Amino acid sequence: MSEYFAPLRDMRFVLELVGLEAVSALPGYEEASADVVDAVLDEAARFTTEVLSPLNAVGDRVGALLGDDGRVTMPDGFAAAYRQYADNGWNGMGCDPAHGGAGMPHLVVAMIQEMVMGANMAFSLCPLLTAGAIEALSLCGSDELKRIYLSRMVSGEWTGTMNLTEPQAGSDLAAVRSRAEPQPDGSFRIFGQKIFITFGEHELADNIVHLVLARTPGAPDGVKGISLFVVPKFIPEADGSPGERNDVRCVSLEHKLGIHASPTCVMAYGDDGGATGWLCGEENRGIEYMFIMMNAARYAVGLQGIAVAERALQRAMHYARDRLQGTEAGAGEGERVAIIRHPDVRRMLLLMKSQVEAMRVLAAATAAARDHAAHHPEAAGRERAQAFVELMIPVVKGWSTETGNDVASLGVQVHGGMGYIEETGAAQYLRDARITNIYEGTTGIQANDLVSRKIARDGGAAARAVIVDMRSVVAALEASGDDSLRAIAEALSDGVAALERCVGFVVANWRSDMRAVLAGAVPLLGLFGRVAGGWQMARAALLAHERLAAYDSESAFYRAKVVSARFYADHVLSQSSGLAHAVCAGAVSTLDETLA
Amino acid sequence: MKVLVPVKRVIDYNVRIRVAADGSGVDTANVKMSMNPFDEIAVEEAVRLRERGAATEVVVVSCGVAACQDTLRAAMAIGADRAVLVATDAELQPLAVARLLHAVAQREQPGLVICGKQAIDDDASQTGQMLAALLGWGQATFASKLELSDGRAVVTREIDGGLETISVALPALVTTDLRLNEPRYASLPNIMKAKKKPLETLTPEALGVDVTPRLITVRVSEPAKRQSGVKVADVAELVRKLRDEAKVLR
Repeated sequence: MSEYFAPLRDMRFVLELVGLEAVSALPGYEEASADVVDAVLDEAARFTTEVLSPLNAVGDRVGALLGDDGRVTMPDGFAAAYRQYADNGWNGMGCDPAHGGAGMPHLVVAMIQEMVMGANMAFSLCPLLTAGAIEALSLCGSDELKRIYLSRMVSGEWTGTMNLTEPQAGSDLAAVRSRAEPQPDGSFRIFGQKIFITFGEHELADNIVHLVLARTPGAPDGVKGISLFVVPKFIPEADGSPGERNDVRCVSLEHKLGIHASPTCVMAYGDDGGATGWLCGEENRGIEYMFIMMNAARYAVGLQGIAVAERALQRAMHYARDRLQGTEAGAGEGERVAIIRHPDVRRMLLLMKSQVEAMRVLAAATAAARDHAAHHPEAAGRERAQAFVELMIPVVKGWSTETGNDVASLGVQVHGGMGYIEETGAAQYLRDARITNIYEGTTGIQANDLVSRKIARDGGAAARAVIVDMRSVVAALEASGDDSLRAIAEALSDGVAALERCVGFVVANWRSDMRAVLAGAVPLLGLFGRVAGGWQMARAALLAHERLAAYDSESAFYRAKVVSARFYADHVLSQSSGLAHAVCAGAVSTLDETLA
Repeated sequence: MKVLVPVKRVIDYNVRIRVAADGSGVDTANVKMSMNPFDEIAVEEAVRLRERGAATEVVVVSCGVAACQDTLRAAMAIGADRAVLVATDAELQPLAVARLLHAVAQREQPGLVICGKQAIDDDASQTGQMLAALLGWGQATFASKLELSDGRAVVTREIDGGLETISVALPALVTTDLRLNEPRYASLPNIMKAKKKPLETLTPEALGVDVTPRLITVRVSEPAKRQSGVKVADVAELVRKLRDEAKVLR
């Protein structure tokens, strides 16, 4: 058994908690009423469970294959599933209706994306990259480029890729060497090699639109001399149909630890005289455009961490309820019990479950803020939301993917030896999860972004605004008069204090001792995620508590939610002060020159 | 030609059914509900008829609580044009549903009614047949293939040991078997459009139909728990147990 069921009940709870109602009330989102969203989630759950999930294991086993003719073959079933995904409008769910999208809010899109990723992470990368390319084109493409490409990419008829990395230019894009030579007709000839190009070649769609970073002749050195180009696999005819084959080829596929059904390509541009491309936006501003669209991509990868963790949790829960081993501890002789009865297995399952829930609600709160940042009728409302989004993107990306790895690893552990065996399925989730904290910026890169641009730059203002919100939740928990909620309040209060101490440390030392701050950046990111997740779990517990007091008929769900929040407080939040110590005092040894 | 498709809101097929503690019925509190899968096949077939020009309009109808609206919207997301809800909180048995559908059919005057062959909750498999009788129409039940031509419906039925093909004069009633088609997944734009399609609400009173139950449910109980198996030493012991204990051999 290695099925996936979309966690609809928890998703609906999360939508209520983070305020779908307020999002649907924003101008432009009127269509996303509660009943429509409900129907959409139901159908997305069916599609992902019945069509995408069954391809997850075969995708891993067979993987994408490169033939001698340079063609990439996807595992059986992927082409039909992709066609269905596109035909049914999921590819354009969040896109502008002007280009054929459904214009759904980020908040709703995030839930559906999580389902797609949970059902089949490798598959999910194709639409994820297309969405990034759509965003880049919408942002800086000329009207002509938009006319030719956008509606076809929104419909999923054509897919997109992002070509940034080169062998010598990974996290350091200043080292990009690909060249673009201007032609008399206004186009460019592109030359160079790009690596790690996800879905760089495949035959799921009629055309592939590569967005490529390259340098024009005489461009300045470093990041300020890089431009963005549109390079299609087939050059569109005047009527937009795919025409002549362009001079861009997949020359190799990487052999990877996981996501085997996602072709990771080495792309060669211009081996045969130059690939035809068109400048997207202004010359030398490529990196800037990348940064604007990076938020969406980083957020989406954060969702992958959550999605794979959810799947690992489902697998582990199923096994723990099914597997009989040993007798109930302390009961002496007796019948063998399911391992879910054993205290440490319960601890592992709750550690998985509570963190998945915390990550989901924090990501959803961030998605809702993205909606407010884009559609709030008042400038102040948009700015406030955008500040929260900017602060949270590296947290959602870095913390959710690191925790996703932890959860997937626990998933293997719950299975014992069976978890190490591929047929069980748990191992695939761990292997698949391992890329999420690497691509779209490693955790180290996210943490540097958090401390430098998101905390130090505004003197900690955005972080402190969130801390104020967190404290108001602590106060509400304390006022509840409930023992569990008060225990959560205590742990959250300690966590918030630890976070505040670290924010103060970053602001005070950024200019004078940048290396010391950076040495603690990843622990701080972990602390930020942990405490922000605890803050959202506390809000969840408050809502659940309120429902239980009102004798809601779903008492089992709400009781479990309070238990989950309590567990999180006792096992996850409780480690906050240790992390704070690592942030504020850990640099002495890290920077000691004995390590050379 | 108009096609009328009755749809029923039932417990989702993925849900593990629990019997209510007092034995009065099945526990439906907070249980996921969805469209009866056989009805989904009926909606799909009707929409395909319209798509290939054999029908002009597909009307879906459901009888029951207000939440049946969700089921009707789901049918419209597949492609039905509009919906009728006969709203009632009363317990509805097959004969009452057939009478309600009869009243709706008289208002709508369809040329064809397509029903699921049975609902997966009570497995009664009665409503379609009763409705055909009330309408005085021919019926072709358990259809695995449906073709319309020259005012007749040619229906292939799955019967024990083979297939039977019959031809009935329209108007007629057809009930669907599992292999008639594979219902599509609703597309995102169609789910959003379904919200805007017309949904009319009627009541049994307005239709002049008495829905009072005729049958009394005495008791609902779980199936007997399966006994755990035993390991037999050899074939001789197996044969002996089959003969003496299971009494399936003589």
